This record gives sequence, C-alpha cells and structure tokens, in this order.
Amino acid sequence: MSSDLRELYQTVILDHYKKPRNFGVLEGANCEAEGRNPLCGDHVKVYARVDGDTVEAVGFEGSGCAISTASASLMTQIAKGKSKAEIAAIFKRFHDLVTIGAGADPGDLAALGKLEVLAGVREFPARVKCATLVWHALLAALERRGEPVSTE
Amino acid sequence: MSSPSQLTPEPIAKRLTDLEVAQLRADFPILEQKMHGKPLAYLDNANSTQKPRAVIDAESHFYAHSYAGVHRAVYELAERATRAYEDGREAVRRLLNAPDVREVILLRGTTEAINLVAASFSRARVGAGDEILITAMEHHSNLVPWQMACDAHGARLVVAPIDDRGELLLGELERRIGPRTRLVAVAHVSNALGTVNPVREIVEMAHAQDVPVLVDGAQGAPHMPVDVQALGCDFYAFSGHKLYGPSGIGALWGRRELLEAMPPWQGGGAMIESVTFEKTSYAGIPARFEAGTPNIAGAVGLAAAIDYVQAIGLERIAAHEQHLLAYATELLGEIAGLTIIGTASEKAGVLSFVLDGVHAHDIATILDREGVAVRAGHHCAQPLMQRFGVAATVRASFGLYNTREEVDALVSGLRTVIEVFG
Repeated sequence: MSSDLRELYQTVILDHYKKPRNFGVLEGANCEAEGRNPLCGDHVKVYARVDGDTVEAVGFEGSGCAISTASASLMTQIAKGKSKAEIAAIFKRFHDLVTIGAGADPGDLAALGKLEVLAGVREFPARVKCATLVWHALLAALERRGEPVSTE
Repeated sequence: MSSPSQLTPEPIAKRLTDLEVAQLRADFPILEQKMHGKPLAYLDNANSTQKPRAVIDAESHFYAHSYAGVHRAVYELAERATRAYEDGREAVRRLLNAPDVREVILLRGTTEAINLVAASFSRARVGAGDEILITAMEHHSNLVPWQMACDAHGARLVVAPIDDRGELLLGELERRIGPRTRLVAVAHVSNALGTVNPVREIVEMAHAQDVPVLVDGAQGAPHMPVDVQALGCDFYAFSGHKLYGPSGIGALWGRRELLEAMPPWQGGGAMIESVTFEKTSYAGIPARFEAGTPNIAGAVGLAAAIDYVQAIGLERIAAHEQHLLAYATELLGEIAGLTIIGTASEKAGVLSFVLDGVHAHDIATILDREGVAVRAGHHCAQPLMQRFGVAATVRASFGLYNTREEVDALVSGLRTVIEVFG
C-alpha cells in the first residue's frame, strides 16, 4: 500500500468513520442545513444549537465515505463552544490544509487541532469536496440559509 | 415465414485470443502508461472508452488535409470534407444495419439524441393526459428529457419496475402500455447493472398497441452487434465516445416516416429549405435535425472507430467481454462482504458492487492508487440506486482491450481496501 494512502486512511479517520461522534438528530437544535454532492449522491444533514453567538453543540446525519464522515465527526467536536466567527476562521484554515497545505503560521496547526489528520486529503484532489461539504453545510446552518448547499 | 436465423441456433462467436488482445492493446497509446507506478488497468469503459491510433490519426489527418465547412461551398476542399462527413453517416448506417442513410442524424451523442426525440416527437405527438413509458433502470439521460417533455405537455411519466436481479418485469411493462402511451423509451443495456433488455419482445408488446419504441443504445452499440431492423425499434441512439470514437459525436437513427413527421428541433443554418422574414420552410431529413456546423472531424473519427470495431467483429468483442465478466464475477463472488448489484441472466460487461462497511468512493480512491480505474457513484441512475437501497456502487466495466490480468489487479486492489478498512 502506498504511503499517501496510509496517510489518508490513518487510524483516527477510520475510527471516526466507524464510530462517528455526535451522529444523529441534535436535541434542542435551532438551526440546520443540508449538504449534497450531486457527483456521488452523498447527502448530509447538519444540526446546531446556538445560544447568542456561541455554538453549544453540533450534530450530523447522513451517509458518506470515510473522508466525509470523519470530517463531519471531527467538525462536531471542534465546533462545540466556539463562536460563529471562530468556526468560519477554522474552516478557512482547514480548507487551506486540504487544498494548498498548512500555512507557515505555526498557529494554523494549533488552531486546527485534530483536523490535521485530514491533511492527507491534499494528495487526493478529487476528495476535497468529501472533506469540505459538511463544513459548508454547517456555515449555511449558522447563517440560517434555508437552501441546501451543494459541492457544485 | 421464419428467417433462417430463427431456425438455426446462433453460432457462438470465438472470443479474442490473449495474443489478439495484446496486439489490440498496442493500438491504444494511452494504455501504455503507468498510474501511480502501476500498470494502468482501465476498467471504466461504460463511462467512456480509450481511442485507438486509427481514430486519433483519422481526425488528425482530416484536419491536416481535408478540413472545410460542409454542405455549403463548391470548392474542392469543401467537397472532400462533405464526403468525409457523409462517410461517417454511412458508417453509422452500416453499424446499425439501418435501411436508409437519411434516417441517421449525427449529433453530440446519446443525450442529445434522446433530447431531440423528447422535444420534437413530443411536440408533435404528446398531449395532456398522455403517457411516456420508461423503466426503473434508465440512465438520467433517458429519464430527465422525458420528465421535461411530460412537464411541457401535461403528460405523465410511467415507470416499469424491475426485479431484485435487475431484470425488467416484462408483464409489468406490458400492463403499462395503454391507449394513452405515446412512446416507450428503454435502455438496450443498463449502464449501472449491465442488464441486457429483451428489446425485440418489448417492441412486439409496444407495436401491438401501435406505440413506437426508442432504444437508448449508449451501452448496446459498443458491446454487441446491433441490427435495428431485426430489433424492430423505431429510434436507436448511441455515443461515439463509448465506441472507441471521439467525444462529442454520436447518432440517432429513426424510422423515416416518424422523423419526417417530426418538427425541427433547433433552428439555424443547414436545416432550412428557404427563409424569409415571414416564413421558413425546412429541409428534409437528416438536415432538418442538424442545425449549425456539425462536429465534422468527430464524424470522421467515428467512422474510423466503426471501421475498427467492425474489422475485429462485434460478436468477438462481445464474447471477449463476456469471458471477462464471467471471470470477474467468479473472483469477486469469493470476496467476503462483497455484493454484486445486478445479476440478470443476460448481462453485458458491467460489474457493479458494494462492499460491507466501505463507501464506493473510498474503494475507488484505493483502487486508483493500485492503477485500477473504476467508477464510483450513482452512475447517473439515482432512482435505480434507491431501488437497490444503496447511495453508490463501484462499477468495473470492460472493453475490447481489457485482460484477465486487469481483473486480477482489481481483485488485488480490493484486498488492499479490506486491509485498510479492517
């Protein structure tokens, strides 16, 4: 097996794929959004419970590949307790991580925390959408946009 | 009176020998390369096929020596280009054994061909309360155009169901053909399941009630001999790019009397007889349906592709692909947790499957790193995926240049998938 495959499918990712955290309808959710990838038919629904500017909890449901499921699971953990602006900033760093690689700023990796395990996606451009779809859905939910988001 | 072919069993075509396949592979320059350091095993032929040197050279030679606009000018080059373009039409006629070359409309591909019929035929023949009958296994391109036509004319889209093996329920189809049915549109071969539909029987059922039949031949024409007169259908559509020809060229064959009764589809140059600001009269077939400058070099490449497969023999290509299908079905059947989706008794070289606990995309990513190119997804047949309760499948599909070794590479790649996902 090639090293980039090992990097992509590392233990943490497989663990979150097989046992996704915060999976299911979130109790007390006051915003939600759907995300679709029309290329593969994947469909995810993201729920958030927001108090003022603070995201108290995030949940998701749907079926997807290992990358999208692990990304969603990790996202629900990192988003908890953050403000909307903090979440948007983390997503920007995460997007950079899976497209152009981590920035020179050592603060980047620190801010990304466990999301760093998805860095291997960068070697698989066809899979970037799998990693980012759920984030687009969360941001749409927080902005309370009614329209489902799409990767296309 | 029965024809001799109905009295004697069909001769079983001899499949290509390993040596012949090796020689044919050498005609396809793209297959020489490695992918991620592994030999490329291109198993995505139901999506699109690679091109032999003969096709690449035909297009390139045409551009270098004979290119001009067609059907308009009197100079020698234009004559030559027009002849070459019309040779493409004749090659399609020959491929489908159509009675009349004027019945062949050169278009972008199957999708455009079906859209043409869905728009033009429906405008003439479909009204409020009428019905178009399709099947549960159709590709979106033989579904969405009919949905659009039904919406436009207040008609209803009716769907004939399939069974768990992916076979069309013929009795159910027949029950759905009624006085309001205006057309039956059916795939010759399912792109997602590989099912070969009994087109002749479907045509008999439909014609018994004077309903014409359109056959989506995108997965038929490249993989078996097609004779539209023997099938008895009324329209047959296919794409060049799935038949080792260029992308952006394909054809619609339609029965002359039906085509002549259909209004023009797109307006523009080449499709007119005379134009004034008050009124335009339209050209006869096929020009009426070919507005604008067509894909001229594409038609030249398509003719080269048709010559290429006919020189090998579509019966032999079919026998070779059947051999690979049987080999792959047996090997994949031995993998624990793997389920083949589509197990009809009559299948073409398409193998769709799912693996317990692993998403199709992850399988395709890992296979790619092993040099194996397969398709993962819904194969533009979302209602069909819903029918089988899966979001996506992995699909391996065979062409004339594939080998047993490539099937072995697929199986070995799947072992890696299982290793990764434990």
